[in-house]
Amino acid sequence: MPVSSYLHPTAMVWDAFELQERAYFPDGTEVRPIAEPPVLPKAPAGLRLRGVEKAFGDNRVLRGIDLDVPAGQFVAIVGKSGCGKSTLLRLLVGLDEPTGGEIDFIDDGGDRVAPDARIVFQEPRLLPWFSVADNVAVGLGDGVPKAFARREAELVLEEVQLSEKAKEWPAKLSGGQRQRVALARALVSRPGLLALDEPLGALDALTRISMQQLLTRVWRELGFTAVLVTHDVTEAVHLADRVIVLDEGQVTLDLAVPQPHPRHHGDPELALLEGRLLAAVLGES
Amino acid sequence: MTTIDTFSEGRKLRRATSGTPRTLTEGTLTEDRTQASQNPPKGAADSVQATAGKPAGLRTISRGTWLPYLVPVGLVLVWQVLSSTGLISDRIMPSPVAVVAAFWERLLSGELGRDVAVSGARALSGLLIGGSIGFLLGIANGVSKLSEQLTDTTLQMLRTIPHLAMIPLVILWFGIGEEAKLFLTSLGVLFPIYLNTYHGVKNVDRDLVEMGKIYGMSSWSLFRKVIFPGALPSIFVGLRYALGIMWLTLIVSESIAANSGIGYMANTAREFMMTEVVVLALVIYAVLGKLADVIARALERWALSWNAAYQA
Repeated sequence: MPVSSYLHPTAMVWDAFELQERAYFPDGTEVRPIAEPPVLPKAPAGLRLRGVEKAFGDNRVLRGIDLDVPAGQFVAIVGKSGCGKSTLLRLLVGLDEPTGGEIDFIDDGGDRVAPDARIVFQEPRLLPWFSVADNVAVGLGDGVPKAFARREAELVLEEVQLSEKAKEWPAKLSGGQRQRVALARALVSRPGLLALDEPLGALDALTRISMQQLLTRVWRELGFTAVLVTHDVTEAVHLADRVIVLDEGQVTLDLAVPQPHPRHHGDPELALLEGRLLAAVLGES
Repeated sequence: MTTIDTFSEGRKLRRATSGTPRTLTEGTLTEDRTQASQNPPKGAADSVQATAGKPAGLRTISRGTWLPYLVPVGLVLVWQVLSSTGLISDRIMPSPVAVVAAFWERLLSGELGRDVAVSGARALSGLLIGGSIGFLLGIANGVSKLSEQLTDTTLQMLRTIPHLAMIPLVILWFGIGEEAKLFLTSLGVLFPIYLNTYHGVKNVDRDLVEMGKIYGMSSWSLFRKVIFPGALPSIFVGLRYALGIMWLTLIVSESIAANSGIGYMANTAREFMMTEVVVLALVIYAVLGKLADVIARALERWALSWNAAYQA
């Protein structure tokens, strides 16, 4: 009989060390929040990139990217390996600093707002010693009261259809389920922008299709801006409003995908777009 | 009709279960289960599974339980026979019965309890002091480059000195009091805990650390949510290794000079040629060592229950 993960030492014993969890008045009495505010859906954040460059030594990976992404749009970035698409994504979420140019987060009116982005990687990067719910709660950051964090986690787990796994160890989940937990963790703080770095790359074909549907549904329900990096052109045209082709650090094609959601595999118009994109990616235009 | 059916199925299963090797039994069992569950009434099929599952389960448990004790119990029996027939002299090796008698006598007089308590307290305080120092150094050197460059080479150098080789020096420093035993035990457990903690921290998945940083974890959060749990399996390896060294060091240091403890008991007994007490001391060390390992294992299973390798 496995011990409930909520009663596990890493969840329980360390709670005693949760330094920021309680606040005290100067006379020593504890401040108890009456009701924690729920994490409200925040407005999606758009992007404005002007002349963004990134070089590692002499290697110029990004050579002046200009890009406007309106708030709430789903953009896919495709390109060959080494075209700089993952580097661009890491710049967007602040994992690296650009060597030139500017990256701004903007609201609907085009005014600058604070950067507010989360990222999902190809591998889920879950903490194996935390329950699924506690892994999702990591996305809320430090100093959030435990009860509140777990409630929020369970809400967003419902969104990715994993509520019944909240107390499981990640090791008990399938690859697709783990990636859904990673998605829930990225979304639990309701970010204005979600960056996806080939999030479905390691999944099998069938799981990938159902994950694409899930991603589309979650995006439409929560209304964040999504930037997806992928090498899979089919995936790009099925998910995104707009596909950008990157080659040698520059935008070579910016293609709108006007088809309404949900989209179906085998749609001839999508196949047409797919062909154009593939030609552009392979440099045959 | 169905009752008879169930009965015959059950009989067949029971026959299959008894006498055949375990793997084979399981094969037959699943085969028959499928047959049984194909029978129309569900309840009947369930009862067949229940009767069929039980004997197999009992057999597995009992065999796994008694088999490891077969060899030690056999050895003790042979030993007793050899002693009783006079083939082994009492002055070289006491009979098991004499050891049990010595145990009982000392237990009743309260000497044994006191000696075990004293030795246990020494072992634990040594583990606590040396273990904490090793743990803290391991964490510090795993996390901080500066600390690593400053102390790791020194520690690796000191580690190669057998700590028991320091006994003459320790006696000069501390005399033969408690400090000497505490110092030696602490020194002995320090290195295995240090090495394994350090190794554990160094091997925490870099991707997880990056993830923690992306989600804005403070260094304290990063330590308690990512680095420490990630290093824990390795720390437990160090702990179990340290427990062995802890007893070894204690035995040696209690034999050199002490006026209480199990080592003292054994040494006094030697002076009076009481071989049964000397052997009793060995048995107690074995039991204590095993006990410490069992506790450490249980702790490990509980703390690492997230890890598939430790799931029951």
